[in-house]
This record gives sequence, structure tokens and C-alpha cells, in this order.
Amino acid sequence: MVTTTLDDLREGQRGRVVEIQGSDSLSARLMEMGLIPGEVVEMLGQAPMGDPVEYLVVGYRLSLRRAEARRVWIERA
Amino acid sequence: MATRSKSELSATVALIGNPNTGKSSLFNALSGGQARVGNYPGVTVEHKTARMQFGRDKQRIIELVDLPGTYSLSARSADEAVSVEVLSGEMPGVSRPDAVIVILDATNIERNLYLLSQVLELKIPTLVALNMWDRIEAEGISIDPNALSKSLGVPVVCTSASNRQGIPELHLALESLLESPTLGILASEKLASASFPEAFHRSVDELSQWFETQGVSLPRFQIERLLIDDAQGHSYRVIPKGRAHEIAERILESRKSLGAQGIAIPLFETRARYGWIKQQVAGVIERKPRDRKNTASDWIDRWLTHRWVGLLFFFLLMFFIFQSITRIADWPMQGIEFASGWLGDLVKGMLPPGPLESLLSDGIVAGVGSVLVFLPQIAILFFFIAILEDCGYMSRAAFMMDKFMSAIGMSGKSFLPLMSSFACAIPGIMATRTIENRRDRMVTLLIAPLMSCSARWPVYVLMVSAFVPNRTYLGGWVGLQGAVLFGMMCLGALVAIPVAWLLKRFVFPGEPSTFIMELSSYKWPSLRVVAMRVWERILAFLARAGSLIFLTSVLIWAAAYFPGDHSQLDRTVAQLRAEASQPSPDESKLESLETQVNQQRSELISQSYLGKAGHWIEPVVRPLGWDGKIGIAVLASFPAREVIVATLGTIYSLGADQDESSQGLVQQLRSATWPDGRAVYSLATACSIMVFFALCAQCVSTLVTIRRETNSWRWPIFSFVYMTSLAYIGAWIVYNIMSMW
Repeated sequence: MVTTTLDDLREGQRGRVVEIQGSDSLSARLMEMGLIPGEVVEMLGQAPMGDPVEYLVVGYRLSLRRAEARRVWIERA
Repeated sequence: MATRSKSELSATVALIGNPNTGKSSLFNALSGGQARVGNYPGVTVEHKTARMQFGRDKQRIIELVDLPGTYSLSARSADEAVSVEVLSGEMPGVSRPDAVIVILDATNIERNLYLLSQVLELKIPTLVALNMWDRIEAEGISIDPNALSKSLGVPVVCTSASNRQGIPELHLALESLLESPTLGILASEKLASASFPEAFHRSVDELSQWFETQGVSLPRFQIERLLIDDAQGHSYRVIPKGRAHEIAERILESRKSLGAQGIAIPLFETRARYGWIKQQVAGVIERKPRDRKNTASDWIDRWLTHRWVGLLFFFLLMFFIFQSITRIADWPMQGIEFASGWLGDLVKGMLPPGPLESLLSDGIVAGVGSVLVFLPQIAILFFFIAILEDCGYMSRAAFMMDKFMSAIGMSGKSFLPLMSSFACAIPGIMATRTIENRRDRMVTLLIAPLMSCSARWPVYVLMVSAFVPNRTYLGGWVGLQGAVLFGMMCLGALVAIPVAWLLKRFVFPGEPSTFIMELSSYKWPSLRVVAMRVWERILAFLARAGSLIFLTSVLIWAAAYFPGDHSQLDRTVAQLRAEASQPSPDESKLESLETQVNQQRSELISQSYLGKAGHWIEPVVRPLGWDGKIGIAVLASFPAREVIVATLGTIYSLGADQDESSQGLVQQLRSATWPDGRAVYSLATACSIMVFFALCAQCVSTLVTIRRETNSWRWPIFSFVYMTSLAYIGAWIVYNIMSMW
């Protein structure tokens, strides 16, 4: 099991959320949107200019910038 | 029909839900679309309410309050704090809701339940509308609504608001909930907060006691929010402004002590809530495992956000929209122009020459008519925007544009407000509320008025159709006039890029922004929703044409008509009409009468208040290639820029030759001359006018909206000064460069 951050996932790859780094309003918002420890996240694709990235999480599509995805620690599934 | 007294108002019901859940469709379906929109006092959050009749004999009236679309009830944003205050009955002017309808997107139920779990803790009788019910099958989801209702402990109704399914059932469920409210309230031990750590509850108890000793009465839910959300203590209006700092200190103390006990704020809350959600949906909802590559939405998404195909499609779409606006609108525009000319002639035929006849035909019909002509274009633009929003493409546009937008200091979320500003800056500025980052929001809000709003169309179209040659290229597909219009459309946006950069660098230095956004599924746009939005826009435009523009037309007419003795002119015009109605009019007599009329008219207009103002303003506008008449028209259009067309219409109609007044404004402009006989309007002058209008802050409503959204006069003044300077400099540069040819 390799621990990495969400922005490392490539298209079609999945990971399980381990931890959200920080306790500021950004990390709270990420968690409210469903990125909580234990959830499986799939990378769906990226915007034409490489950023932001589209993820599938708790059954819906969420867009995050790479800088934000870097706050989410995952283990590859 | 007798007006209903307030005493018959039997209940207040709030409607809350995540963004993109079809909340406005449901609001319209429940209320019949008779909404009143305002602002909550002291904040910039929109307050939308409607009355709905209900009961078997429609005797009871319910006030339906639409709360902002939010993902949570945290204390971090104004929208969320206001929702909590309305639901707690603390909002002045809104009585405490007797019930709350929580709208959930059935295709995305888990995340939607997060908000519900918080609303339930406010202990208001709650009813769940499981919306988008018609779409779950296609998404491979099956939900047992009865089991969900049993599991949640509150009534659940399946709805599909965009095609009005489930609305009668929702009415019935609401009625029985209002009759027996306990049906919609959960026992404390069933709430998600029951699984919060004991130490947290103790800490809230302590804080609650402390607040009491301080004389601040705050409901428990709000104390929990302040403790979890680190909102610096000034999110709720019951907190005295001067005490915010002190309260924030006390809260920080509690947070620290909880941290020392190993309670991770804010993680413990989201964890507890998603844990609760998992329990609620276990055995109630099933997702068929599906190959996501094969669903239509995924296939479309892959191409529409594709590196090249997606971007190409995006730009082609924008170009197509602006080309269609100029082409499709042509036919109804000619109709309106014809009708306005016919009405003017009718008035002239019915009334004797004099102030009243002149006011009606030259002031009102010419002024309002020349603005109304642009209604078809506005309707078409809003039609496209409504379709793009409703089918889910708008959020993809934000997604694709984010990298680019963040390079110039904004986020992809700025895209929608800026795109809307192409129709009108006011909804665009209001849409900046969805941008959480203050710095992004302020920059977006300040450059939004630079986007080429629909009120600039009349000016561009008038100038382009009068002075840009009607040539086509590529076998008739690309017209020069359309291309110039497209260029004018882009100009404001291009200028906005360095402006945004400067604002970000020097006015709002600070923290970087975020882009956490839901990409809603693609769907067929609902005709009802699209029609409703277009209709709302048309009404708003007509209301403006009927009030502000009407008033300005009359004022401008008066300024051009008075002072001055028109009795001689009126007599000459009467003679002319009498002669013209003879069976065999004397041609030479007609001609001499016409010459007299023209001379008398231009004398009168140069003696008028407007003429005098024109002489005064001429030195200021001469460097831009304008004469006094243009200067006056521009001056008169500072309240609302589209007024310039009406003003020019009035000025040239009053001062025009008898022959010309029956022709369109375009002809009158083409034949306008300086005293020495040179034409006033050249291509350079037309471009200088267009550039000035592209960049200038000529809209009182926009400035007032900026004032309302920023709660300070500083920013509207700032916008006015920077945009007007930019406009003058831009017009000067363009005129001088183009005059060199």
C-alpha cells in the first residue's frame, strides 16, 4: 500500500482517502464535499490545460485544483 | 379580487438545498412563480419569497422562503450564516419557519444528506423533497423512498420539479406536516450530532453558559458552528460587533482545549455526519455497478472537456451564439422598428403640431422605440445562457477556463459571473456571491462591468450598421459587420485581463483562491426553466425601458425642446401639412416650406438647453472625434448606456429634415454634418464611440449593485472613476490611430 496525494492519480486510477491535511476552512470544505477518510476517489480526467482535475467521489463529480488535491492523502486502491 | 389580509397568512415555510438540485424549479412549481426578491438587512444575501395558496379550497396562504443554495450550514460564508438565522427565526422580517423543505438530488443523495443532517438539528418540522426522481433510473440508481423516510424519520416525497411531477404530493405532505409538526422532528439521539464526542458537547455547554453570562443569547446549533468553523465570531447578527474579538478569543480557547483532548476540529464533524449518512442509506439505495465510460454523460464529458476538441468547441460555441444573435434577431427587429415608425406617424397625423405632439412622437415613441428594438437580441442571448446553464455545460466551461482564469488572478468560478455579465453586469455581479474567496470575488465584481453587456448592443449595432461596410467573406459565412461586433464584444474582456492583474497585484494582495466545484451531470435543458429565465429577463428589460429609459427620453426631449418659442415653427408645419394634403400640392411651395421648417428647427435646437450644453461640452469631446450632439447623447447616457440610442433618436428627430425624420436613425447619422459641411461620423468616430461605450461605467443600476454587494460606496466610486478614465483614453487612442488612414 503506497500513501500519496490525490493529485498523483492518473485518469481511471482510484485511491482511498487517508487524511486531509490541515484544519483550516479549505480542509473543512473538502471534507464537506465528501472527501473524508475511508472514501474511494476516482480520477476522471483533467481540464484542457492540465488543471483542475475531475474526480468521482460519493457518487458525484468534483473538480479540484491540483494544489487542493495535494492536501488529500490517499492510499492507492 | 379582494386583497388578502396578513392575518390569513397561516405559515412560513423555508426551502433549502445544495446548488444544482433544481431548487429554483421547485420554488417556482410550488409558488407559481410569483416571487418577490430583495436583500436581507445588512448582508448581501438575496431574500426571495413567494406566497402560495393551499388547502382544499385554497384558503390558506403560505409564505415560501427560498434560502441560498449551500452544501452546509457552516458559519464560514454569509449565505450559510443567513440560512441558519432564517431557520432559527432570528432574521428580522422573516417569522420563524413552521416547516422546512429540504431538497435532495436523488442522483447524488449521500452528499446532499450532509446538509439535511445539519438542518435536522435545528428541530424544525422537516420534509424531504427527493428531486430529479425521473433521472435515477438512467443513472443506474434505485432508491426505496418509503424505506428512506422510515430511516430518516421524516416524510419523503419524490419530485421532478422541472416537469412538475410530485408537486401535488408535496403540497399534501406539507399540509399534513403543518397539521402534525412532530412528524418532521427527530429525537436528539437520532441526530448525527448524537455521535459527536462527549467532550465536544461539554465544551458547547460551557460556552453556552459563558454566552449567557455575557448577555448574548445564542442557540446551541450556532454555538456549535462557531466552535467548529473558526469564523472569527462575527458570523451572526445577535453577536454585538464590538464583542466579536473577545468572543473569538473565548472560542479559540475552547478549540485549543478540545484539540488537547484529541478531538480533531473540523474532521470529527464531517466524519460523524458521513457516518450517519452511511447508516441512513444502508439498504435504501442501490447503485448498479456501471461502466462509467459507457454512459452518455461520461462520453459527452470526455469530448467536451477534451484538451483540443473541448476548447475548440467552446470557442466555436461562443462565436456561434454571437453570430446567431445578430442574424436571428434581424427580422423581429425590423418589425419593431416599423411599428415604432408607424406609431410616430400616427401620432403626428392625429395631433396638431405643438409640444404634446412633439413629446409623444419625438420624445416617447422615438426614444423608447429605439431601445425596444434590441429586445429580440437580449431574449436570444438569455435563451442561450439559460440553455447552457440548465444542461450543465456552464460548470464545464468554468472547469476548462479555470487554469486560464487563475493565471489572470481569478478562478473558473469567475467565469460564470463574467459570462452572465455579457448579458447584464447586474446578475453577473450578483453571481459573484458563489465565489468564496473574497479577493477573487472583489476582482471579478470590479471587472464584470467591463464585459460587453446587452445594453451596449444597441450602440454597437447602430454604429456598425451605419458605418461598417456590409461585406461577407468565406462564401457569405463570415460577415464584416458581425466580425466587428464580435471584436467589440471581446474588447472589454481583453482590457479586463490587465485590469484584473493590476487589481490583484496592488489593490487586493493576499491569499490564493480555491476551485472546489461540483460538475453536475449533463441533462436535456428543461424548456420550462429556459422559458422562465428568458421571460424574467425580458420583463426586467421592459421594466427598465418603461421607467428609466422612458424618463430619460422625456427629459432629453424637454432639454432639446425648451426654451424656445415654437409657435412659428408649429404654424409653418401646419401650413406644410395642409399643403401636402391638397389633391394637387404646389411643389415649389412645399419645398420652400420645408426649407423654412428645417431652418427654424436647427435654430431652436441650438437655442435649447441641450444645444447650450453641447457647446459647453464640445471642447472636452473634440479629441475623441465627437461633436456636441454626440457629447450630449453620451452625457445623457451615464444613467443607462442604452439611452444613447434614444437620445440620438430624439436629437436627430427634432433637428432633422422633414424628409429624414421618416427614415431610420441610421440614415440621419450618416447625413449629419459639421457646420462646414464635413460628415460628423466617420469610421474613426464610430469606433471611438464604440470603444468609449465598451469601457465606460454608464449604468447607475450596476453602480448601485456594486454598492449593495460590497456594502460600501468606495467600490462603486472606484469602478466609476477607473472605467470612465479608461474609456476616455481608449476612445482617444482609437480615434487618433484610425484617423491616420
